[in-house]
Amino acid sequence: MATELATRADAVGYDDFRSTDPGREHGNGGAKHNGRRQSDSDERLARVLGWFSIGLGLGEIAAPGKLAELIGVENKPGLFRLMGLREIGSGVAILSQSWPAGGVWSRVAGDALDLALLSTQLAPKNPQRGKTIAATVALLGVTALDLFTSKRLSEQSRGTSAPAGARRGLRVKEAITVNRPVGEVYDYWHDFQNLPRFMTHLESVQVLGPKRSHWVAVGPGGMRVEWDAETVEDRTNELISWRSLPGGDVETSGWLRFKPAPGRRGTEIVVEMRYDPPGGVLGATLAKLFGEAPDQIVARDLRAFKNVMEVGEVLHSDASIHRRPHPARPPENDSDAGRQAGYRSTGR
Amino acid sequence: MKANCWEGKKKVRVEQVPDPKILNSRDAIVRITSTAICGSDLHLYNGFIPTMEKGDILGHEFMGEVVETGPGLKNHLRIGDRVVVPFPISCGTCYSCQRGLFSVCENTNPNAWLAEKMFGHATAGIFGYSHLTGGYAGGQAEFARVPFADVGPIKVPEELSDEQVLFLSDIFPTGYMGAEMCDIEPGAVIAVWGSGPVGQFAIASAKLLGAERVIAIDRFDYRLRMAVEKAGATDAINYEQVSVLEALKELTGGRGPDACIDAVGMEAHGHPAIYAYDRTKQALMLETDRPIALREAIMACRNGGTVSVIGVYGGFIDKFPMGSLMNRSITIKTGQCHVQRYMRPLLERVQRGEIDPSFVITHTLRLDEAPQGYDMFLHKEDECVKVVLKP
Repeated sequence: MATELATRADAVGYDDFRSTDPGREHGNGGAKHNGRRQSDSDERLARVLGWFSIGLGLGEIAAPGKLAELIGVENKPGLFRLMGLREIGSGVAILSQSWPAGGVWSRVAGDALDLALLSTQLAPKNPQRGKTIAATVALLGVTALDLFTSKRLSEQSRGTSAPAGARRGLRVKEAITVNRPVGEVYDYWHDFQNLPRFMTHLESVQVLGPKRSHWVAVGPGGMRVEWDAETVEDRTNELISWRSLPGGDVETSGWLRFKPAPGRRGTEIVVEMRYDPPGGVLGATLAKLFGEAPDQIVARDLRAFKNVMEVGEVLHSDASIHRRPHPARPPENDSDAGRQAGYRSTGR
Repeated sequence: MKANCWEGKKKVRVEQVPDPKILNSRDAIVRITSTAICGSDLHLYNGFIPTMEKGDILGHEFMGEVVETGPGLKNHLRIGDRVVVPFPISCGTCYSCQRGLFSVCENTNPNAWLAEKMFGHATAGIFGYSHLTGGYAGGQAEFARVPFADVGPIKVPEELSDEQVLFLSDIFPTGYMGAEMCDIEPGAVIAVWGSGPVGQFAIASAKLLGAERVIAIDRFDYRLRMAVEKAGATDAINYEQVSVLEALKELTGGRGPDACIDAVGMEAHGHPAIYAYDRTKQALMLETDRPIALREAIMACRNGGTVSVIGVYGGFIDKFPMGSLMNRSITIKTGQCHVQRYMRPLLERVQRGEIDPSFVITHTLRLDEAPQGYDMFLHKEDECVKVVLKP
């Protein structure tokens, strides 16, 4: 695959498209199972915290006076209601699942704020100091739980949770439907030498043996990288998986699954690629700034593949033949134009 | 060649640019004889459509003569053919094209990944209409490259003038599709928001499809006059003088129109207070589009009726009357026009003399005068409805 598509060699998983749980991807059964269970319990804990946030928030808004009495502090309804809104916000963020880790982290920040506020009430002049101390201790416990959960969720979303081991690198998953029969789509992809026709950054693929191939790609900034890869699994019309072999410029692995689409709509393709980008994650972030985000590249390459299968060639606009952003107008001179601009035409 | 280029908000300039080249095997190069400024070009001009780049060639309504063909075109088109080019670029073979959904072709938008981020799924490529729709050079130029020239462009007979067939490229089919989506039955009453060029064709098409009454709604009397005198509207409402909802109740015995067509889109005007509300939210980026006409069309529509949206929207709207829509069993239909579907049947209607689309043209300028054309069209100066440019 292209440089950006390179992934680590040790992880090849393809049994569950929807899985975002790194624990599942690892070959040995025990770790896989543990990883799954671990992340489920983290999410359950997060949900409990989410509902707790909403409950507490509603309480703060509805009955600030009662709450003030309970924890032995001065009743400031306005402040309590604001805190209540914050709690509800955290709860919704956690439960809506859009970004549970962020939601729990916002709880941690809220805890810090609450602890600061409570500490102002711990002075000996507070007649209800005992209640406040109890509330502070309880809050410290909740804070610890929040910290624990948010750290675990963040690790999961970065793909570095403990059961998965020390795994680095990025992962991209994309899907597309191609309006051609599965056999045809599989065959075309299976001939790796076809891949540079639609993969923007791939220069060449040379087949060295039944399982081995040599790949050359041009990365961001024109950097040339080469590596050998081996086909790990190859099931006709179903699946191809691969990984790079040690000694190359990049580490990459991935899989591609083919499935007939319902309603005779051709073939559904799901592709997942992992790679350690040159320059590490920082390099990938920098590349993203220059419009080279890996998910974009994979999405664009898949669309180009669809072009090739359905209309016989990659379609270009006046802007898209250029690697860099270009206005929608013909290029100033021939050398600007892309690789495709070489047709013999009739007329003029 | 000369081409009209977008240089920034409210700034277009006719520049000298390189001639287009064949980039794909089924491309044709067309020497443009007539091109037009579309109402939706004003959304680009006003800076409401994202992903424009300085130097983009504008224009998606054009026609001309084939001067060069790619090797994949075989005998579909020959040098010298006179063609009208539809604004969506469509491959003709994907799932969508096979179902006649040409404006959501799956193979013609090289920036599909970008469109997916914006819209969830990608749309087809469009000439001269931002990079979200592929970054294709437009047709307000002397020449244009036309991909899939064996799918989109249709040959037009010599006896019809450019002015009579040019609008098959967009606004006539767009207005027609707007009327078709209304499922017009005998006795139908159709209300059309906006009497710009697309609104005029929506009105004319509603009549062609058998509507008994067609009500035009706009704020410019000269446009309402054209709607009644040329397009065939039976009634006209100037929303700056009367309340549209009240007037429509009066005109329809309290029922509301059977179908309402929004031929206005994202830059609607309306009651000063509502306009100010939406314009402010738009300026603060709290909503991208001003749905004033759309809201009114929904509220006005009779129970169980249809709201047909052909005015262009770009992003997100606010205060959408979902309750009215849901509780009153209203159907919304919409889409960028699948022009390829309508070009031939509408050409036949023109040939039979059922309609002469040239009635909307108020100004014909040289391509060099494109900047004045945009300015005049935007400010509705000199009773401007439609500007045709001659390269």
